[in-house]
Amino acid sequence: MFDWRWDFTWDILPRLIAATGNTLLAAGLGYAIAVVLGLALALAQRTPSRALTLVVREAIEFIRSTPLVLQIFFVFYVGPQFGLRLSPWTAGMIAIGLHYAAYLSEVYRGGLDSVPKGQWEAATSLNLSTSRTYFRVILPQALPPSLAGMGNYLVGIFKDTPMLSVIGVAELMHTANAIGSETYRFLEPFTLVGIIFLALSLPTAAGIRLFEAWVRRKLGMV
Amino acid sequence: MDAQDLSGFPLRLEGDAVPMVSFRKVTKSYGSLVVLDSLDLDVAEGEMVSVIGPSGSGKTTVLRMLMTLETINGGVIYVDGEPLTHMPRGDRLVPADSRHLRRIRAKIGMCFQQFNLFPHMTALENCMEGPVHVLGLSKKEARERSEELLAMVGMTEKRDQHPSRLSGGQQQRVAIARAMAMRPKVMLFDEVTSALDPEVIGEVTNVIRKLVAEHNLTMLMVTHQMGFAKDISDRVCFFYGGRIEEQGTPDALFGHPKRERTQQFLSAVREAI
Ligand SMILES: Nc1ncnc2c1ncn2[C@@H]1O[C@H](COP(=O)(O)OP(=O)(O)OP(=O)(O)O)[C@@H](O)[C@H]1O
Ligand SMILES: [Mg+2]
Repeated sequence: MFDWRWDFTWDILPRLIAATGNTLLAAGLGYAIAVVLGLALALAQRTPSRALTLVVREAIEFIRSTPLVLQIFFVFYVGPQFGLRLSPWTAGMIAIGLHYAAYLSEVYRGGLDSVPKGQWEAATSLNLSTSRTYFRVILPQALPPSLAGMGNYLVGIFKDTPMLSVIGVAELMHTANAIGSETYRFLEPFTLVGIIFLALSLPTAAGIRLFEAWVRRKLGMV
Repeated sequence: MDAQDLSGFPLRLEGDAVPMVSFRKVTKSYGSLVVLDSLDLDVAEGEMVSVIGPSGSGKTTVLRMLMTLETINGGVIYVDGEPLTHMPRGDRLVPADSRHLRRIRAKIGMCFQQFNLFPHMTALENCMEGPVHVLGLSKKEARERSEELLAMVGMTEKRDQHPSRLSGGQQQRVAIARAMAMRPKVMLFDEVTSALDPEVIGEVTNVIRKLVAEHNLTMLMVTHQMGFAKDISDRVCFFYGGRIEEQGTPDALFGHPKRERTQQFLSAVREAI
């Protein structure tokens, strides 16, 4: 039944490992975009402007209620109709970064809301500027309660990178698929992809928990 | 803020005895609930005024408005002769913008019932934050100033601890040092001993006594400790239903209260002890 071929496995392994680099790059870049943009989206909802809050909330709702793969297609194939011709990598990073920014902004929002009102009042009573208040007082306290959620989405974005294969980003899934169509053997490449994902996800999740504990200690909040 | 006629309010207070703080016909409401009703209250420079009264009578609100943590719905608050809630434009007063608020607010410091220290900073860092980032002092100057104040409140040994490692009394003393590091002219205390265990209340009230003795601060203090208020105040204001029901020297107010509500409140408080 199972016809696992070890010689074939060793042959394709280097190609898959090389593609793992692209997967990690895609996850890392996409996550970096999401972390920064998500913070911007969260802060944008806290300005005095009601209109801005409403627009941002609707945009986040929209992104969260439509599939990522659709968003990837949309940026890549519909973009050119608006004169926006993007490489698969650029389109993919925009789509996945934006998608996860919407989710991360909700994580930050929870973290920001968890900072007691008294902290804002103490900052005002010391006459700290708004930006100083955010960056020195509020965000450092919003971070620890956000870390677990941020970690989940780091693993999430990593597992979603195969969706980028639909527009031809040469990450793991795309490469495994290419090997399959060249050799008509799918068992080994897809199994290896699964093992690689598992081998990277598990330690990441554990690492995040350690990092979280470290941050709390570092901020003296234990 | 409601549109209101401010023509009766001076652009600034002038003359011989300009009060350090002046509430003029200040009104505060939440929806239809009027919390403060046309409050008039002057506090002279260097004066220590205690505010007492039943729960919900508006004591905290008075301090919070002065600290600009609440907006007001009517009237004008003046600090050191200048309007706080408003600013002059031409020959009339308009609601203050954030720049004006920041400039006048620099004269005021506040300590809270729940301390509100920044938990991710050590005691010393809590004290240095404002002096460095608001007043623009060098790290060295800010550190010297903060260490001096931490010594004054008896917290030198704990200066490198985070608040989570400090007792309530210790946290409150750091909070007083932190507020003092901004060199305010007016200090506000809102029930700073109410969250403390009885045995550490003294360490905080002693610090406040020291401030009264050694600094020419103007102070407004909300407290439930009648004995402390009696000892330390120049004047005591009894609030009832968003108004000053009665005020006077501690001896007069505690010894010979004139109004029936004051008498009732004081005897109820005495019974509770
Ligand atoms: N944010 C708010 N929204 C609505 N009502 C409020 C708000 N803050 C205070 N109040 C109301 O304003 C009134 C005065 O409150 P304040 O906190 O000034 O009383 P207090 O004299 O300090 O009482 P306590 O002794 O209990 O601290 C109360 O009736 C209170 O319920
Ligand atoms: Mg109160």
